Amino acid sequence: MLDALRHHLGLTGSKKGCDHGQCGACTVMVNGRRINACLTLACMHDGDEVTTIEGLGQPDALNPLQEAFVREDGFQCGYCTPGQICSATAMLQEISEGWPSHVTQDLEAGAELTPEEISERMSGNLCRCSAYPNIVEAIRVAAGKQA
Amino acid sequence: MKPFDYIRADSPDQASDHAAQGGVFIAGGTNLLDLMKLEVMTPDALIDINRLDLNQIDETDDGGLRIGALVSNSDLANDTRVRRHWPVLSRALLAGASGQLRNKATTGGNLLQRTRCLYFYDRAMACNKREPGSGCAARDGFNRSLAVLGTSEHCIATHPSDMAVAMRALGAEVETLTREGETRRLTLDQLYRLPGDRPDIETVLAPGELITAVVLPAPVEGRQTYRKVRDRASYAFALVSVAGIVEMQDGRIARADLAFGGLAPKPWRDADVEAALQGEAPSDALFKKAADVLLRDAQGFGENDFKLPLARRTLVSVLEELTEARR
Repeated sequence: MLDALRHHLGLTGSKKGCDHGQCGACTVMVNGRRINACLTLACMHDGDEVTTIEGLGQPDALNPLQEAFVREDGFQCGYCTPGQICSATAMLQEISEGWPSHVTQDLEAGAELTPEEISERMSGNLCRCSAYPNIVEAIRVAAGKQA
Repeated sequence: MKPFDYIRADSPDQASDHAAQGGVFIAGGTNLLDLMKLEVMTPDALIDINRLDLNQIDETDDGGLRIGALVSNSDLANDTRVRRHWPVLSRALLAGASGQLRNKATTGGNLLQRTRCLYFYDRAMACNKREPGSGCAARDGFNRSLAVLGTSEHCIATHPSDMAVAMRALGAEVETLTREGETRRLTLDQLYRLPGDRPDIETVLAPGELITAVVLPAPVEGRQTYRKVRDRASYAFALVSVAGIVEMQDGRIARADLAFGGLAPKPWRDADVEAALQGEAPSDALFKKAADVLLRDAQGFGENDFKLPLARRTLVSVLEELTEARR
């Protein structure tokens, strides 16, 4: 899927980092759920709706998460950023639907958007520049929960 | 990646037929496609089973759950019934992989994922699991993550799943459809083979046999936990993990269901460990005795020697947590 998006559709926002599902740079949403585009075949998704970073906002019309990443300095080189933002978009939806995580104390009670929860839920997105503190802050800001 | 045919299955029977002719089932594909890119696995055909109707979680007549083989790891972890009545399973799933991978990975695929032994992945190295008869470079190599129980001279790989460890503790059974159209039920103990002299054959599934569901028995009394010890706080495979369900009665351990990950070629369960605990009053000495039983035949290979004391401490800690009087 990642190659189909980048090479055949010209949607080069999704990045190829490791190509083995370890870095998250290729994260896109399929029917609203985040996945690694490098670990699935385009032909397995006939009829599905795929959302890439290009579908979330454009340079002249950033969405709130993109704006927050710029304002909070949530990147350095920027290579992991489209994946971070696609992943965070779906992650915020997951937490709003009450999905627990590994660090959630009570499996049945839902979770608050704490830095610990954000870090755990975003662990599938690596950042070699290590902009992690600002990525967490950008997500908090975009979710309307400023520190 | 080598070229391959792609066949989308419309029915389980059709999927089974194609697979019996040398095709490989693909569900989530998160492990299989990785292995195909590295040409560790080179199937002639992929049989896409994602359109089969195997993605429901249904309650069984006896109060258990029947989990379709295509239910994603996310959907299973988040199911309100699993979170309430089988929390060890939710916890194990949430301790595994990343959010992206859990959305794609399926119940059946998780059970059948391959080891992450470095030598299995590296085609320049000897590996009896990848290439039978070529030897095992792991025994005298970088074996820090590898097994200390159930190994053979031919293979010391671990099974990487967290989910399967919880399912083993819960006494789950796998439901399959054979190529002949028969349904059969296997415990996880029956499903997985030990490596012996054929580490390339990991399960008892016949060619074309399709996992259709995992069946959980009715919930049991007691406290449940999944403890995973790993090199980093998230998104890493287990060095040691313990799935535990312990029921206390009158200050004594009425029942202890314990399964272990990171230690063996299959999710490990040892009836003698459970027997050593049953009916006894909890104490540090008792827990250490249980660990002695667990590790009585354990063998390290150098870099992974630390797993013996780590498994001991993790088991003791889990038993302390599960037997502690509630405040």
